[in-house]
Amino acid sequence: MATVDPKSLHGKFPASREHVEVLVVGAGPAGTAAAIAAARLGAKVKLVDENPVSGGLAGLDVPLFFGGRAGAALGNGQRMLERVFAADPKLEEAFEAGVDLALGTTAWGLFAHGPGLQTLPGPVVGLADEGDAWLCGFDRLILATGARDLVLFFEGADQPGVMGAQALHALLGRYEAFDGREVVILGTGDLAVAAATLALDRGVAVAAMVEVRDAPEADVAPLLARGVPVLTGTVIRAAERGPFGVAAALLVGPDGAERRVPCDTVCLAVDRVPAVELLEAAGGALVADGARGGFAPRLVGPASSIAGVFVAGDAAGVAPGPAGDASAARAWGVAAARAALGYDAPAPAPAAGRDRNPYRLDWMRRLLAVGTPDVLACQCEDVTRGDVLGVRPPRYLGAPASPRALDTLLGDGPVNQDQIKRLTRACMGACQARRCREQVALLLALGAQIPVEAVPLAGYRAPVRPLPLGLLGRLDERPEMRDGWDVWFGIPTQWVPYDDIGTEREAEHLRGNMHL
Amino acid sequence: MVMDMDGLRDAAAPKGAEVVVVGGGVTGLSAAWWLARSGVDVLVIDKGVVGWEASGRNGGGCSHYQSPLFLEEQRLWPQMDALLGYPTEHRPERIILAVTQGQWDQYRRIAGIIRSQGFAVDELDPAQAREAVPLAGDNAVGAIHVRTGGHANPQRTVQAYAWALQDLGGRVLQHMPALGLVLRGGRVVGVATPAGEIGCDHLVVAAGPQAEGLLLPAGIRLPLAAARAEMIVTEPLPPLRVGGTDGNGLYGRQTLRGNLAYGGGPHEWLDTEAAGPRGRPASPLLANLSRRLAELFPKAAHARVLRSWAGIVENTPDGRPVIDRPADPGNVTVCTMSGVGFGLSPASGHAVRDLVVEGRCSFAEIGKLGLDRFRDLPADWRERQGWVTPAAERAA
Ligand SMILES: Cc1cc2nc3c(=O)[nH]c(=O)nc-3n(C[C@H](O)[C@H](O)[C@H](O)COP(=O)(O)OP(=O)(O)OC[C@H]3O[C@@H](n4cnc5c(N)ncnc54)[C@H](O)[C@@H]3O)c2cc1C
Ligand SMILES: Cc1cc2nc3c(=O)[nH]c(=O)nc-3n(C[C@H](O)[C@H](O)[C@H](O)COP(=O)(O)OP(=O)(O)OC[C@H]3O[C@@H](n4cnc5c(N)ncnc54)[C@H](O)[C@@H]3O)c2cc1C
Repeated sequence: MATVDPKSLHGKFPASREHVEVLVVGAGPAGTAAAIAAARLGAKVKLVDENPVSGGLAGLDVPLFFGGRAGAALGNGQRMLERVFAADPKLEEAFEAGVDLALGTTAWGLFAHGPGLQTLPGPVVGLADEGDAWLCGFDRLILATGARDLVLFFEGADQPGVMGAQALHALLGRYEAFDGREVVILGTGDLAVAAATLALDRGVAVAAMVEVRDAPEADVAPLLARGVPVLTGTVIRAAERGPFGVAAALLVGPDGAERRVPCDTVCLAVDRVPAVELLEAAGGALVADGARGGFAPRLVGPASSIAGVFVAGDAAGVAPGPAGDASAARAWGVAAARAALGYDAPAPAPAAGRDRNPYRLDWMRRLLAVGTPDVLACQCEDVTRGDVLGVRPPRYLGAPASPRALDTLLGDGPVNQDQIKRLTRACMGACQARRCREQVALLLALGAQIPVEAVPLAGYRAPVRPLPLGLLGRLDERPEMRDGWDVWFGIPTQWVPYDDIGTEREAEHLRGNMHL
Repeated sequence: MVMDMDGLRDAAAPKGAEVVVVGGGVTGLSAAWWLARSGVDVLVIDKGVVGWEASGRNGGGCSHYQSPLFLEEQRLWPQMDALLGYPTEHRPERIILAVTQGQWDQYRRIAGIIRSQGFAVDELDPAQAREAVPLAGDNAVGAIHVRTGGHANPQRTVQAYAWALQDLGGRVLQHMPALGLVLRGGRVVGVATPAGEIGCDHLVVAAGPQAEGLLLPAGIRLPLAAARAEMIVTEPLPPLRVGGTDGNGLYGRQTLRGNLAYGGGPHEWLDTEAAGPRGRPASPLLANLSRRLAELFPKAAHARVLRSWAGIVENTPDGRPVIDRPADPGNVTVCTMSGVGFGLSPASGHAVRDLVVEGRCSFAEIGKLGLDRFRDLPADWRERQGWVTPAAERAA
């Protein structure tokens, strides 16, 4: 055989800068338990967590829906680092167990051999901190990346003060840097109860809990006893705009009457979705599982469909039960560590909760009923609900009104969220669809009158955190990459001007190889 | 009563058409649109969603000086929005910015080729380059400003072809793979699909990498090797005057929204699977692309990368297109653009239409793009060229 195409990826990737036996991503209860368990079983373990996140990312609502309520203290990296470390005694325990703990370190990509990608020296995770980016190879990877808030929009949801319960937990619990005093909580399930309880415990007033259904989803008696009004059969129509963001929640009750509840924060605590972006972007299999909170990893025990990659905690499926109870997540973590190292592990019980989609749909339907088509579905790209259902190109194109809409597109084939994304730009923005992926899917399900599970996932792609060009560009590069770089395939005959093909002028063109 | 078994078996199959096009990428859709404009009854089938392969995942460049279709490409693009009735986001002109002397020499050579075809190209010194491209930095060596060429939005263009085709009465069937060709009496009479046989008088195969396997049973040998290529896109930045600015070993464009969408660099050779690729993964190459984009536009080094993606293209052994209607069986027209087919699609579709309807291309001489040139190609051409998959390489 001739030499391998020098312009191909073959042999271009360097060995990763570091290599560990067990890499754990996410230092919540699941990841920390996994790291400690693996270290105690004698493995060399690295545990990375993106917290404290930079103010820049938090401002983009990455990784959580902070909604402009992250306090200024978040900007003080060193102080936040100490706080994050102090907020969870288990981190110190991990440190003492010999775990290499890297806080403020983001995993932005997982790359492993699979169909179409065979050129890596081995499976790697792309890591980055504030100043550097590098690849970390691993023998075993445990993804304990937690969950993200289900975000649903209403008029005024694009202003500071509308945020998610996961973010509230991070700001109050981890950072002690929450910029709000009075919050209205949407939802009455376990998550909402945990959020309300946390808020009250930290001295934040809860102006109301809002529930579209006729009765609370979880036991709200303790909250009622603490004086929290629980408004059932009620939905938020709008968040009133004030000089510093939200000034009030405008609620529509069962009788259709609107009432104004002053507050500075509206906290979405309807539901959460597993954070599966690293796995999915690497080709790991997901299943649409309403009981686990949406698209969740396809698992055998804690093992994902990618060899050597395991999943633990909320990332494996948002567990039913009190959001404040981390014992299930810890058990998952230990099981994942044992399985990863080849020990018997009692398979963690799958999150056998009820299907969460009917509840989500109840919320979406009520929000649609009281809101107009002008309510945003995608904040980054300024795409409204009407734009999504009308499959309208972005306004800046100034295109003439088109007869095409979701219903005509459905005549051509089943609904495909990625196709709608490319046409409307919904989910294409800087938050990487953290604020819109699920609500656009709900909207499409309702618009197309199909089950939510029938809307294919709008895919995730690396980097799963929006990192600067200059930072990602710091990755090590082999000379072969530089020397073999070509703008396209490097097939010299491809760029010979047509008239010169087969003439003596042809040879002149076979040296230079760039094109337009 | 005599039963028509054929008719019965195909009762559920979609109605055939005068011309069936296999492949709903830009090539097949443009060809079908051109055919429909000529009043031909045409049906496009695709194994998935239109534009889901290379056609919806590319750099959107529309500036191919090397092609015999270049003039037609340049003539058509400024009219495409009006002709199709849907936006393509086409914008004219290109700037190619050099940050090394080697690049500068190369770009000036390209400028010469383009000028020789009758188009204006300006050469900008570093100061002028920085003025024209505010994201450029102190490392700018020079730039060529091509007064022709341009760029468009791939997925929007695909959809515009499909909708324009439907508006003319043509049909598109998605999620309808061609499982094979149906041959009778030495001619192709239809395609086999999971829904049954779809009949046609003429077949156009524009199925990307899968074209080779589809055509073989009809005695047509179209040698192809597939490969994966990658791109990145950043958050939006303020608009450049010429969105089609690239260079430094990258191709790409600033979208009208402001995102920088760029690709380039090494590819990975793949084996083609008849049912289509099982994945289109990106790799850590996104970091090498990021590095080069930050070198090209130092003032954009802070821009955040939102996504990377990959697409799969097929290449012929010489990297040049095949647009041909082989004499045998005579009613099959073949088109692959060999990895450079988005920008040329308005013209390639026109050429395919001409071959189907008139038997020859009416607006350009394309004889050198025929299949004939591969007559004596050895069976192991891929290995000889080193265009092998990593698995095959390891095995060797
Ligand atoms: C409203 C609310 C109240 C809560 N109250 C309590 C409580 O009282 N007590 C308690 O113990 N717990 C509490 N929790 C936390 C909850 O119990 C746990 O979050 C849950 O059990 C799941 O744990 P986990 O480890 O799976 O995920 P998480 O705790 O969510 O941890 C995941 C971690 O991974 C990080 N991560 C994700 N992706 C990446 C990446 N790509 N790169 C780097 N890092 C990444 C995340 O930032 C996060 O730190 C509360 C949570 C909420 C939402
Ligand atoms: C990253 C990248 C960047 C690029 N940049 C540029 C650029 O800047 N400018 C440019 O001009 N070109 C560019 N290209 C190349 C360009 O995208 C392709 O050449 C072009 O899209 C080819 O279009 P096509 O319709 O011929 O093929 P495809 O887009 O591959 O379409 C073929 C279609 O056939 C369908 N199909 C396959 N088999 C079957 C079957 N058995 N039955 C039914 N349907 C079938 C597929 O589903 C597919 O939709 C780039 C490509 C990539 C990947």
